[in-house]
Amino acid sequence: MPATRSRYSAFRLLRHGFSGTDWPRAWRAHPVRDRYDVVIIGGGVHGLATAYYLAKNHGFRHVAVLDKGYLGGGGSGRNTAILRSNYLTPEGVRFYDRSLTLYRTLAADLNFNVMFSRRGHLTLAHNDSSLRTMRWRAEVNKVQSVDSEVIGLDEIAALVPHLDLSRDVRYPILGALYHPPGGIIRHDAVVWGYARAADALGVHLHQDTEVTAIDVTGGRVTGVRTTRGDISTPVVINATAGWSSLVADLAGVELPVTTSPLQAAVTEPVRPFLDTVVVSGTLHVYVSQTDRGELVFGASVDPFPSYSTRGSLEFAEGLAGHVLELMPGLSKMRLLRQWAGLCDMTPDYSPIMGPTPVDGFYLDVGWGTYGFKAGPVAGEAMAECVASGRTPELISAFGLDRFAAGSLVGEKGAAAVGH
Amino acid sequence: MIQLPCPWCGPRDVTEFSHSGEVTPRPDPATATPTQWRRYLYVRRNPRGVVEETWYHVAGCRRFFRIRRDTESNEVRA
Repeated sequence: MPATRSRYSAFRLLRHGFSGTDWPRAWRAHPVRDRYDVVIIGGGVHGLATAYYLAKNHGFRHVAVLDKGYLGGGGSGRNTAILRSNYLTPEGVRFYDRSLTLYRTLAADLNFNVMFSRRGHLTLAHNDSSLRTMRWRAEVNKVQSVDSEVIGLDEIAALVPHLDLSRDVRYPILGALYHPPGGIIRHDAVVWGYARAADALGVHLHQDTEVTAIDVTGGRVTGVRTTRGDISTPVVINATAGWSSLVADLAGVELPVTTSPLQAAVTEPVRPFLDTVVVSGTLHVYVSQTDRGELVFGASVDPFPSYSTRGSLEFAEGLAGHVLELMPGLSKMRLLRQWAGLCDMTPDYSPIMGPTPVDGFYLDVGWGTYGFKAGPVAGEAMAECVASGRTPELISAFGLDRFAAGSLVGEKGAAAVGH
Repeated sequence: MIQLPCPWCGPRDVTEFSHSGEVTPRPDPATATPTQWRRYLYVRRNPRGVVEETWYHVAGCRRFFRIRRDTESNEVRA
């Protein structure tokens, strides 16, 4: 990190602890300029990472990130913070593995403790067909040098003793896909770390700044209109989630996206007992325990598209039933809160990244239920795409043109529930 | 939980239905180009507001029917 911001360190923590002085703000507020080289719409992990890598890897000095709310208020702050790379297609595995590689050194790179805990990720199989898909996934993973293995009941019992492994339940556990490099991270810290590091490199972060129109002249982007003034720019990146169709529509670009809420919930904190991420595709649930001791539960997306972020009672009831089928010992736990985030689903459960038919208008959207774990690699790849004018090989399979060409990247088998 | 007005069974809980998707104009399969056909298959308006969509009463009379729903409030307008 350059020297415009003082570094965080154990020494500074001690000094602030003893002196009781306030910490300086992690990033600055700027007036909106009337011109930027790149405007990124969406101040979540994707938009902030793109801005950071544009400045750090490619020397861009005039980049703005616009968000209509606050930084990390969308999917970046609503996900269940699980990281993994055990996908089904070689394109998917390579891509998410690069993301895990970046996440591993992110705390040092950003000088911000992102609390990545590589505790292992366990996807349970309750029937023969999921076991078969897991074997397939394990083999694809191993070919790409990703640590991933199908394990049996004894090993599952050793990893998670609280699971009900008996045979006389509705969905008995037959085996599991074990992925040791997976884990959980502090999602807000990732957002704040990228924001602070991007700010230090001169990126302007504009919160409370809604884009109301995108100017396109002769098939080229020329600027954006916002609630805080007009900006002229040759490059606009749509890095929104939940609003990607609406923002793309401002530039006249049609997307194969539908928006659905995904609900999650968290319990009261208890003593640590679960040091693995446990996922069940059949029961539509995933569980992990945070450093504070709360259990975080996630599910699959709601059964029909909607922009509503209200939680529902039937979700909480269904979730509790499924969790108790897996771990009956949790029956006395109380839920503290539940919430919903918006997921932009694509037909093949893979993202849409890269250029569009409108010159200068780029997409980093369609991240469904798997966007958070891809933040760093998406930012790195989008920055390279914009800076070089060419689509990096790592994301070439994820272009918008794949739908018209009929070359989809089918990830439903590995992305649909198990995150 | 929201309810949907099934034209045969009357208002029922949404969990009885399966969402078939937004109504999109279907090109003639005999003359459509692959590009036009894939646009029909994949591209959606996905509006934040009122959308016309098809539902299937899978746990009831098994009828397909169309409604208009506000995707922000989930309020249904017949």
